[in-house]
Amino acid sequence: MTDTVNEIGKRRTRKEDARLITGQTNWTDNIQLPGLLHVAFLRSPQAHAKILSVDVSAARQMPGVIAAYSGADFAAEQGSLPCAWPVTPDIVIPNHPPMATEEVRYGGEIVACVVARDRYAAADALEQIDVDYESLPPVLDMEAALTDGSPKVHEAGNKSFEWVFANGDMEAAFRDAPVVLERTYRQQRLIPCAMEPRAVVCAPVADEYTLWSATQIPHVLRVMLALVTGIPEHKLRVIAPDVGGGFGSKLQVTAEEVLAVLLARKLGRPVKWTESRSEGNLAVHHGRDQLQRIRIAADADGRLRGLSVDLLADMGAYLMLVTPGVPLLGAFMFNAIYKMDAYFFKCTGVFTTKTPTDAYRGAGRPEATFGIEHAMDDLAAELGMDPLALRRRNWIAHSEFPYTTISGLTYDSGNYEAATARAVELFGYDDLRKEQEARRASGDPVQLGIGVSTYTEMCGLAPSRVLGQLAYGAGGWEHASIRMLPTGKVEVVTGSSAHGQGHETAWSQIVADRLGVPFEDVRVLHGDTQVSPKGMDTYGSRSLAVGGVALYGACEKVIAKAKVIAAGMLEVSPEDLEWTPGRWSVRGDPDQGKTIAEIALATFAAHNLPDGVEPSLDSDATYDPESFSFPHGTHLCAAEVDTETGQVRIRSYVAVDDVGTVVNPLIVDGQVHGGLAQGIAQALYEEAAYDADGNLLTTTLADYLMPSATDLPTFATDRTETPATTNPMGVKGVGEAGTIASTPAVVNAVVDALRPFGVRDVEMPCTPQRVWRAIGQARGAAR
Amino acid sequence: MTKISMTIDGVRYEDEVEPRMLLVHYLREVAGRTGTPIGCDTTNCGACTVLLGNSDGATPAGDKLSVKSCSMLAVQADGADITTIQGLANGELHPLQRAFHEEHALQCGYCTPGMIMAAADLLRDNPNPTEEQVREGLEGNLCRCTGYQNIVRAVLRAASEGATP
Repeated sequence: MTDTVNEIGKRRTRKEDARLITGQTNWTDNIQLPGLLHVAFLRSPQAHAKILSVDVSAARQMPGVIAAYSGADFAAEQGSLPCAWPVTPDIVIPNHPPMATEEVRYGGEIVACVVARDRYAAADALEQIDVDYESLPPVLDMEAALTDGSPKVHEAGNKSFEWVFANGDMEAAFRDAPVVLERTYRQQRLIPCAMEPRAVVCAPVADEYTLWSATQIPHVLRVMLALVTGIPEHKLRVIAPDVGGGFGSKLQVTAEEVLAVLLARKLGRPVKWTESRSEGNLAVHHGRDQLQRIRIAADADGRLRGLSVDLLADMGAYLMLVTPGVPLLGAFMFNAIYKMDAYFFKCTGVFTTKTPTDAYRGAGRPEATFGIEHAMDDLAAELGMDPLALRRRNWIAHSEFPYTTISGLTYDSGNYEAATARAVELFGYDDLRKEQEARRASGDPVQLGIGVSTYTEMCGLAPSRVLGQLAYGAGGWEHASIRMLPTGKVEVVTGSSAHGQGHETAWSQIVADRLGVPFEDVRVLHGDTQVSPKGMDTYGSRSLAVGGVALYGACEKVIAKAKVIAAGMLEVSPEDLEWTPGRWSVRGDPDQGKTIAEIALATFAAHNLPDGVEPSLDSDATYDPESFSFPHGTHLCAAEVDTETGQVRIRSYVAVDDVGTVVNPLIVDGQVHGGLAQGIAQALYEEAAYDADGNLLTTTLADYLMPSATDLPTFATDRTETPATTNPMGVKGVGEAGTIASTPAVVNAVVDALRPFGVRDVEMPCTPQRVWRAIGQARGAAR
Repeated sequence: MTKISMTIDGVRYEDEVEPRMLLVHYLREVAGRTGTPIGCDTTNCGACTVLLGNSDGATPAGDKLSVKSCSMLAVQADGADITTIQGLANGELHPLQRAFHEEHALQCGYCTPGMIMAAADLLRDNPNPTEEQVREGLEGNLCRCTGYQNIVRAVLRAASEGATP
């Protein structure tokens, strides 16, 4: 009998660590193959230009150079990088060649490449390539881009799509509304900055190809590469080895991956490309970038009547894999945790001559949560209400779940009251308000602000039917296989593709818990399409809520198969058996039983199985979620603002999150911490800034202010646990929640500190200069 | 080409390299010590941090200083005695490695080698740091996954266990 303790909820340290803390890692850039060649890409230095000519002849003569190519050399075979989410029937999806041929539309777009024996020789040869550009005007401002006189990014114009959702009587909601709040918020452009720069290796053997890539999506990438390159899918193997972070930035079908395959095919030799950080800041897809016009109508007591959202979303120069859909994920989240009579949402996707945008941690939901939570604190100030009281006035009560919101989603479970009560307690809310009052009264140069963020989010992407209704190109199911080895060990093959999330550990816990096998006896395989043939990969906080539940389903099938075989072994009827984790035994005679290991061994020998029973316990399950996953939480931020220097220091940050049933609290806390860091960074530090010519200014980590350990506080985190009702494990997603919640909590705190000076808003990131200017402008206006 | 020699994780290497070759490229591609990753190209991120001492015979890791190996040329490390993440454990895990594991101070693990090596140097210099001193000491090492909270806990834990490199 195995000595299994309940694994769900256990603070297990991770199996992944063994190789990561000793440097026994397998990053894509580590890969060495016989005869491997190195690829370097020449990128446009201009935001918008016609390519008049590309001369690679001098590059080809350089020592160590095998080949050099321009876009013309690939024009016939390179196709177009895919956009798999055509959100409207009339959406403009421009052709997107992996290597530009006639025109470049963002600084960083690939125009040529060199293949050489080593990376230094390749870099040297790049400098010998001569490109003649004819400059075109950049298009950098979305509002300007939509005017008639604007230069065009594409022939078809600068508008990609317009998407509208409406429910309820907006006219009635706003007519005679005692309070109407109108705000415009800028959601700045961000660079995801995973610590591992992207790398790709492609090795051809005859007409078959193996591609290693630092990707979050090996399965999706395989399908897409087959469609773009024409290489038959079954002759293409995609491997995501160890991947150093993604955050959505490695959820992509990139020019570099396609070109690596085409180069390997053209040359018949293995090739590798590794980006530098500067290259990555420029060329990896960016996140966010919206202009939000928000209107809220409310009663005098704060009850929300109506919400209107008009978004301009910056697509960048091209639509990449899910670019147009990202802002639309937020469409269903502006109404957040609140009840209201009417809701209107409109999003216009706009082309600019900037790096394309796409998914970045939260993908549409942080933008929405910022919009509503910033507006709610603003509304509370307008009404002279405590911001928490305004939330309470409007949120869905615990007793009202399941609740179908004005945007049409049915939230299965939640307990906003409990999370908020716990957060308030941890935070010391009343004491901090008193301190705030005291500092205001004494005119302290360092003021204290308190920011509230009560959020929910939609994750666990996603019910395939809903994806179909939204015109998303793929499904949202996930797959798991369990292989029971003869000696009782277990191999799990998951369609999830972890890049830091600890699936090898958490999936082992699920299997250990259900099958009653020791945690150490489980091995989790992932990331290689030859090993894991079926999956929808990892993003959108889906792996536990969908992949974990698929695994649970596979466990159930294993247990059911084991029952039949155990009955045969024990010479009883299956109905006489009962299951305790790890063992089928005879009801009323528990000494008569067989462990799962004994049963697995019996299938190996297969000497005495019942007729018609396959000699195998191995089982697959594919799970398509019936609903999105709706974690929620209450975050409170206390920020000290030095009114003389504009410096903001987070004094304390409390996060109480409810992610349903917790499998591994260590991993959950870690995801929250990391999410908070990125959300706080958006509030205070990060911005992908462009100059007036369309040059990205923040190409290095010296300019793009990813926070270090001195830039972040220690977080106080806690949880409530309200299980999901839409899956048998009760689990919800957590990966993006911290990021979604924290940005408005911090900005709200900054603005709250400065309200007495007449400051109504501070644009993100709330740098010292912006804070200081906001104070100065408000004081100036007051005179 | 210039001839250099150095000791890396206890093994002596002799090679001819271009003067412009970065030490981190030498470690990864010539010496094959791929445990040390590259995270940026402006010396900001610290993922490439190793410990470096002078070599007239091997020096114990305690006498070595941390250096970002992307900010040195291989030729500058001629004669050096280098410890990378792959040479830190001595039969058993170093207390920092154990602490990082116990405190879940890593998620994707990409920043981890540099973070651990920088922490080793921090503790050599200040065996009993405060939390603030740990944060300041690791300011040159960027992490995108953890938010630093558990990294700080791990370093404090290793310090309390008397971790000396």
